[in-house]
Amino acid sequence: MKKTISLFQARNREFMRDKASLSWNLVFPLLMIIGFVFAFSDDNKPLFKVGYLEPAVINSEASEMVRDPVSYPLKHPHIQWIPFADLKTGITRVKHHQIDLMIELKAAPRYWVNTDSRQGVFLEQLLLDTGINPTLKQPVTGKAVRYIDWVIPGVLGMNIMFGGLFGVGYVIVRYRKNGVLKRLQATPVNAFQFLAAQVASRLIIVVGIAIIIFIGCDIFLDFMMLGSYIDLLFIATLGSMCLISIGLLAASRTDSEELAGGLLNALSWPMMFLSGVWFSLEGAHPAMKQLADWLPLTHMVHAAREIMINGTELGQLTTEIWILSAMTLFFLSLASVLFRWNRN
Amino acid sequence: MQTILEIKNLSKTYGELKAVDGISFKIPAGICFGLLGPNGAGKTTTIEMIEGITKPSSGEIFYKGKLIDKQFSQEAGIQFQSTALMDFVTVREILKLFSSFYEKTLPIEQLAQQCNLDSFLDQYATKLSGGQRQRLLLALALINDPQILFLDEPTTGLDPQARRHFWQLIESIKQQGKTIILTTHYMDEAEALCDHLVIVDQGKIIEQGSPQQLLGRHFDTICIQLDDAEIARIPNDIAVSVRQINDQIQIETDQLEQTLSKLIDAGVNLSSLRIRNRTLEDLFLKLTGNQLREALQEAL
Repeated sequence: MKKTISLFQARNREFMRDKASLSWNLVFPLLMIIGFVFAFSDDNKPLFKVGYLEPAVINSEASEMVRDPVSYPLKHPHIQWIPFADLKTGITRVKHHQIDLMIELKAAPRYWVNTDSRQGVFLEQLLLDTGINPTLKQPVTGKAVRYIDWVIPGVLGMNIMFGGLFGVGYVIVRYRKNGVLKRLQATPVNAFQFLAAQVASRLIIVVGIAIIIFIGCDIFLDFMMLGSYIDLLFIATLGSMCLISIGLLAASRTDSEELAGGLLNALSWPMMFLSGVWFSLEGAHPAMKQLADWLPLTHMVHAAREIMINGTELGQLTTEIWILSAMTLFFLSLASVLFRWNRN
Repeated sequence: MQTILEIKNLSKTYGELKAVDGISFKIPAGICFGLLGPNGAGKTTTIEMIEGITKPSSGEIFYKGKLIDKQFSQEAGIQFQSTALMDFVTVREILKLFSSFYEKTLPIEQLAQQCNLDSFLDQYATKLSGGQRQRLLLALALINDPQILFLDEPTTGLDPQARRHFWQLIESIKQQGKTIILTTHYMDEAEALCDHLVIVDQGKIIEQGSPQQLLGRHFDTICIQLDDAEIARIPNDIAVSVRQINDQIQIETDQLEQTLSKLIDAGVNLSSLRIRNRTLEDLFLKLTGNQLREALQEAL
């Protein structure tokens, strides 16, 4: 334990004293968020979003017409129809202004609209003008979820991903290449002690930086946080562990920084675009959704977003927790089996 | 003297290449043992197999009569040929870090004094000069007060003053009764420090013994050197051999007085004359040079 703690402290010192690397780790995500705030600050997007229950869950009394929402009278190029597997999720989206209307496509359809949403009220009027008279209006209220509220968990997750993958991967490859690992191999330190120190150090750094960014962004952007901070910290820590273990795996044998960089890029870029960091996967092609389910960032970002935007508790996120835990265990075990001290 | 380390039929192969080919030797406790050989001879591979860095293909290594085990790393000190240290960590912090790895350690102040680190203890280890850096690496190798110390080409790249300084450090370690295993390219270093030498080439031991034994075994001549301007005046039957090496004439003789008389009689200008005993460098070139020539002839 003493050896692991000493290695942990040495790695922390190395990181904290590398001013260039430290400032880049802090400044880069802030710059990205500021950029995205400007880029997506236009609240007058022409697109309307209408949610509906997937045909498979529509009550059998539904007519053929409503089974096919494209033929519904509200059909318009600027109206996007989004299927939901359950009503509750759709209604929550209406509350948070993430969709403008939720319709239950029955013969006597009910609809949910947020009376605080300008788009929702406008869309409701359009709906009533079609001649179909929904018999039950279900008004809901809730604070609007801005894009910045939605994207913050993704950006934090992305920062954790880059910090976890590259922070641990590059360091180990550099240590192997310049002989630091070889020198440590000649001491009584074993691979487990060394790797544990690297994981612990990187975990503290990654989560610590995520907390700083979280606080900084909250001060400047006042984003939505409905859930428990402890729950969010737990998910961030678990997700970080998972991503660090993938970084360890990528760096377990190679002594080439170029190869390690290629491997880490090949891992990080799909996660950046397919894990729901920048845009929602709702309505995406099923194949893309299936692929995204294999990526740990998807589960971390989804769980963090649920906690922050919907106030979901950990008990309702057991699927994400189990998946992240299983992935962490698998990648860590594989990395420790494959780990090599030497270059040859 | 008690044997501290024994190597039996140690081999290491990389595919078709036999880097180390069944070598065996014993190292008595408390001596400085030199492992010499040209580049690629298998010295570092041999040392690294003993240190536990490289796994042998076959053979056995005994430390204090027992097969080597994990406890060996607690009692061994190791200085590699080239080792990078962590960035942004001071000399004092590196010493503390390595102290934490061992059950028994020397106080950092004592090590700093012994290896002359006091003046740069709070500098980053990556900012040290070559000599300072080697002294730090030696301090790291000594941090667990080892019984056996491995030094792999410890003075490569150092200026002559830093080398001499390093030799003094090694001498002081020898005085403490520690066993030192030294690999080096510098024959003067081996001659100055080593009590026993093993010369390896192409993965095999080609000669071993003390420096004096080896020189006595291979040389019974003295070397006279002169400027090559005098070559025309040198009689043909003057000595065992006469060779021109660069701008020098090298005369090997077993009868020094007679040879000098003949040179004077022949009117050779002796103002550039230099007489020297044979050195380990001569031996090294003789042994490894011959080996290389034989290998070349076999290949042809």
